[in-house]
Amino acid sequence: MSAMTSAMPEPNRPDISRSEPPQSAANMMEVVTFRVGDQEYCVDIMVVREIRGWTLPTSLPHAPPYVLGVMNLRGTVVPLVDVSARLDLGPSSPDPRHVVIIAMVAEQIVGFLVSAVSRVLSIPRSAIQPAPELAGRPSGPSPAGLIATPEGLLRLIDMGALLPPAGHRISA
Amino acid sequence: MASVSDIKETFFQECDDLLEALNDGLIQIGGQGSPTEVDSETINAIFRAVHSIKGGAAAFRFNALVDFAHAYENTLDAMRAGRLGVTQDLSDLLQRAADHLADHVRAARTGEDLAPSSGTDLLARLSASLSNQGVSNNQDEAPPEFAPLALSFDLGLGLGDDTLSGRKKWRIGFAPAAGFLESGNDPVHILRELAGLGDLDARPNLNRLPALDDLDPEILLLDWQIDLEGALCEDDIRQAFDFVADLCKLEITSLQEVTFAAPAHLPASDAPPAAPLPSVTGPATAAPTPRASLRVDTDHVDRLINLVGELVINQSVLSRSVHEAGLAGQPTLAAGLSDLRNLSREIQEGVMSIRAQPVKPLFQRMARIVRDASDLAGKRVEFLTLGEGTDVDKTVIEQLVDPLTHMVRNAIDHGLETPEARLAAGKPEAGKVRLSAAHRSGRVVIEVSDDGGGINRPKVLHIAQSKGLIAPDATLSDADIDALLFLPGFSTASSVTSLSGRGVGLDVVKSAIRRLGGRLTVASTPGQGTTMSISLPLTLAVLDGMVIEVAGETMVVPIAAIAQTLQPAPDEIDHLGMGSGGMVVRLRDRFIPIVDLGCLLGFRNVAIAPDKMVLLIVETDTGAICALAVDAIHDQQQVVIKGLEANYGRVPFVAAATILGNGRIALILDPEDIIGFDAKAQATLSEKEDLPCLP
Repeated sequence: MSAMTSAMPEPNRPDISRSEPPQSAANMMEVVTFRVGDQEYCVDIMVVREIRGWTLPTSLPHAPPYVLGVMNLRGTVVPLVDVSARLDLGPSSPDPRHVVIIAMVAEQIVGFLVSAVSRVLSIPRSAIQPAPELAGRPSGPSPAGLIATPEGLLRLIDMGALLPPAGHRISA
Repeated sequence: MASVSDIKETFFQECDDLLEALNDGLIQIGGQGSPTEVDSETINAIFRAVHSIKGGAAAFRFNALVDFAHAYENTLDAMRAGRLGVTQDLSDLLQRAADHLADHVRAARTGEDLAPSSGTDLLARLSASLSNQGVSNNQDEAPPEFAPLALSFDLGLGLGDDTLSGRKKWRIGFAPAAGFLESGNDPVHILRELAGLGDLDARPNLNRLPALDDLDPEILLLDWQIDLEGALCEDDIRQAFDFVADLCKLEITSLQEVTFAAPAHLPASDAPPAAPLPSVTGPATAAPTPRASLRVDTDHVDRLINLVGELVINQSVLSRSVHEAGLAGQPTLAAGLSDLRNLSREIQEGVMSIRAQPVKPLFQRMARIVRDASDLAGKRVEFLTLGEGTDVDKTVIEQLVDPLTHMVRNAIDHGLETPEARLAAGKPEAGKVRLSAAHRSGRVVIEVSDDGGGINRPKVLHIAQSKGLIAPDATLSDADIDALLFLPGFSTASSVTSLSGRGVGLDVVKSAIRRLGGRLTVASTPGQGTTMSISLPLTLAVLDGMVIEVAGETMVVPIAAIAQTLQPAPDEIDHLGMGSGGMVVRLRDRFIPIVDLGCLLGFRNVAIAPDKMVLLIVETDTGAICALAVDAIHDQQQVVIKGLEANYGRVPFVAAATILGNGRIALILDPEDIIGFDAKAQATLSEKEDLPCLP
């Protein structure tokens, strides 16, 4: 079999590598925008798995305050992070109108509680500015970038930075 | 395309099956009352197994394995030919050789080398067994490592081997009558059916065909000469022609006797000369125990198990919602829901059983442990197994190997008396060790029992006292004394033997069993023997849990860890000083520290009032004990274990999670962790400022 295949001439194929991908696709980024309190954030759409309504999670002992607990995602145990509390915007008081963004972060499936999900935007990568270092800023992760939109400031969030730091354990 | 390593893996999987078949056969030989009358089919089966292993091994150049298998095969061959009668000694030799063969297979699999000296003794015995019978054996002088012995597939692969494997070659002359097609028959169907019976080579005879212009398509002018090879007899072939028996001429000859015989009535003179018989594929291809089985990636099965677990939960959530909506009275809805429930349960059971495997291979491994251990201990042991067909989760089986090995060795080393002591006690010299498995009320119970002297309780007590494990003046019940065996560092052997007595003992076994969610118990009657029982959940994916409530959270505690539950009377609870911060409960004159679960887990700051608390007495393998104070006990139920670590990480005091019937997650607590923490906390609590839970 293999001898036959190797004996066959390589078919002529058009050289597709010459035609370059369209300018826009490579340099654009699709993001899901969401609201936490009264601030607008966005996250790379590639990490978002699905968006669900809020359900009461099961508390975890000795978890950081912004880890609300774990919830059942069709049989998978998924931790739920309160984005507002994590960003030092004060703990949310969640109700069924709140929304959970299920994201795949570093091989983990994690739910992020936000106030509302707004829309999907396509933004040029060049429009993302690095977040300035702020002196005296409260603790908590800072945005990975800032985007100025006609509607106002959009903060790009790296979901991975919202997770509890590795090795978070109770000190026995 | 399958890579070489894939093929190798397949070979090793086949080896497992073949070794199992080999052991089966050997047990039959060993178990037959009169060892000289051994079923020849049994010997053939053994021979085939060894031969197949050798054949496969030769293809991968596992020379050491091939050499040993070959020597083994020589002895089996002599038995097969009737030159060697089966004796007790020989049966023993064959068994040990099988053990060594398994070692070789394992070594080939892992790529390690067996010690060069290993097996030389067996090889010598194997060849001695032959020379006793005057059978010449070229391998006699060859040391096992002496490299490429001329071993190949054609060794002993004559036609005789074909009869042995049940494969026969048949030649069939099939000449349909001219009106064959009129009756609606078609020779193609018959040829296809024959092809399903074995390797088919059909050659049509075209001599009678007229020119195309003269052809009448409704008259069949072909006849066939068919060579068929397979494990079949003449009747099998005749069956294929059942419906056309009177519409054709049929001649069936066995090619074993006739090398070439074209049926006389066929105008066979111009038929193409019979192709040389295909070179024999050899018995290596004939699987000795064809088991209809499917090798599936365990990931697929686990995924299925997960999904089915969800289905069951979903179903119960659905039926709850229907109930809450007040629709339960609707007959069609109720009936539909109940059907759905039954179906999902059945699917769940079916899927769970995919992971289950019979314990037989495990028991066969233990048979070997018994042989090795009885040699070392110098005790003759009769090993009995019961319930080999009992299905247990594959993972459980794998994790049972070590504990069970230990228990079996323990039974031989400590359980059975010395031969002299046995005779003195009026028992047969050979001790009995029995290994049994059975399903009992949703659990698997595996028992190792011996007919030895039973636990020597005074001795156990004395040792425990001299080792300071118990107070010198303690009075203990028999059960309490037996339980001392499971304390860490306890070993009753007066001398350290290579079998046991190294102080690593039953405590290790006990914790291994507990890790599997099982329980280990011991029962013993002086003079009559000891039985150790392992009771295990059917699968690792499920746990027997006690559903409890703590500070409004529903949680699960593994029942295996719970010694007792109680609602303490106020006078049973004592407050220790504020310095130690806690309370203790008095239980049979023992003070057990109370741990308020809600405080420990950080769900509340003030411990529950003593008159409202329910206590779970939990115990670790090491004997550490504590009382968990909870708000309520709801229910006992089997829960499906879900990992937390993949998506979050380790959570203190929590072993895993599960999903309850209402679709919500409940955490499964880890009593070991809690007790371990509590012990540390007791030591350091007074130094801490943020004391949790001062009552």
